[in-house]
Amino acid sequence: MAETKTVKFIITRQDSPDSAPYEEEFEVPYRPNMNVISALMEIRRNPVTTKGNKTAPITWDMNCLEEVCGACSMVINGKPRQACSALVDKLEQPIRLAPMKTFPVIRDLQIDRSRMFDSLKKVKAWIPIDGTYDLGPGPRMAETKRQWAYELSKCMTCGVCLEACPNVNSKTNFMGPFVFGQVRLFNAHPTGAMNKAERLNAFMEDGGIQGCGNSQNCVQACPKGIPLTTSIAAVNRDATIQSFKNFFGSDQI
Amino acid sequence: MAGNREFFNRRLHSLLGVIPIGLFLCIHLVVNHFATGGSSSFNRAANFMESLPFLHILEWILIFLPLLYHAIYGLYIAFTGTANVGRFGFFRNWMYLLQRITGVITLIFVAWHVWETRIAMAFGTALNYQMMHDILSSPFMFGFYAVGVVCAIFHFSNGLWSFMVSWGITVSPRSQVISTYVTMIIFVVLSIVGIQTLFAFV
Repeated sequence: MAETKTVKFIITRQDSPDSAPYEEEFEVPYRPNMNVISALMEIRRNPVTTKGNKTAPITWDMNCLEEVCGACSMVINGKPRQACSALVDKLEQPIRLAPMKTFPVIRDLQIDRSRMFDSLKKVKAWIPIDGTYDLGPGPRMAETKRQWAYELSKCMTCGVCLEACPNVNSKTNFMGPFVFGQVRLFNAHPTGAMNKAERLNAFMEDGGIQGCGNSQNCVQACPKGIPLTTSIAAVNRDATIQSFKNFFGSDQI
Repeated sequence: MAGNREFFNRRLHSLLGVIPIGLFLCIHLVVNHFATGGSSSFNRAANFMESLPFLHILEWILIFLPLLYHAIYGLYIAFTGTANVGRFGFFRNWMYLLQRITGVITLIFVAWHVWETRIAMAFGTALNYQMMHDILSSPFMFGFYAVGVVCAIFHFSNGLWSFMVSWGITVSPRSQVISTYVTMIIFVVLSIVGIQTLFAFV
């Protein structure tokens, strides 16, 4: 009799934002080229634990399924990463899944990343192009610079850098490493540079730049390989200059 | 400026760690190294430092006040971090943790050291070779001093590295790697100076 190959999962679950987390074990039939998402879908199809208890299907977030949207971030075997690009064949079993606890847990593996979007709003991580009349074309961006900036634009606010950062926790209001890359991106854009001082000043407020403790986990953890620590140092330099301008007085823009 | 007080505090903390505290540490280590030339050599150097004009003002402005600020705000920084080297065992993350541990050890060491030497001197005990010889002849105190001196030097050297990142001096990954090497050489060299001095007192 051929034995069917299975994949073992230990999943940290939580029924509501305030309830206590608990673990449940699952075993799903193996298929070639499985990723963690497809295994979760398999469990959803038949939500029965290894012990044979019928349970509620697992809740998780997902969207693009190609590591571009950042929605399916979770802690897989101790490492924060995207479930869609976590291939079962490359993971040690039993595969342990847990939510990224740096964020408020909504249910099971689903977390609330709103704080990241609030941070982006706080530092004005966009390029204002609207006016009461046609402002005309903006300045051109050099192609070499565009290619360079593209690397920074890969940020998908997945939250992995916040999960890896020792300074993002309930004791601080540090916004997290990803903000540095985004501030640098929009400050580098020829039109975005027109609001560089505003952006830097907003990022120098509470929870901003100074929250970084230089552990450099973010750059190691970032799934998109964004040069986060380089961005931190670069934004630090800009902030140094900006604070001198603010204090000693100079043209502030 | 209301909104960026935290930014100012953190930058001040970073600056004071190098200027004047880091500079003072270097001078202190160098002057103490006179002890390797014997007791009279050390006493001459110590007397010269004690005879500096405006000594109390220099001490308060360049040493005590910056040190107090750096220590108190540093404790706040250390205890608002969460060590996660178990999950993320990267080299820089270890340095992040060591920077905080050595900072706390240095604070304990320096508090005791100032009490035992500078404050004792203010109460009338002569600060000379004999005083340090008496302190360091106890093996426990020798160990305490050795650990304290090495921790202080590590905290200074690695602090130089993060100072250069925090002020945006070393931006590229390569410059940050090279400054890691340079600051670790500073750590080794100053540690040799410090430990040699300790041995000169026993």
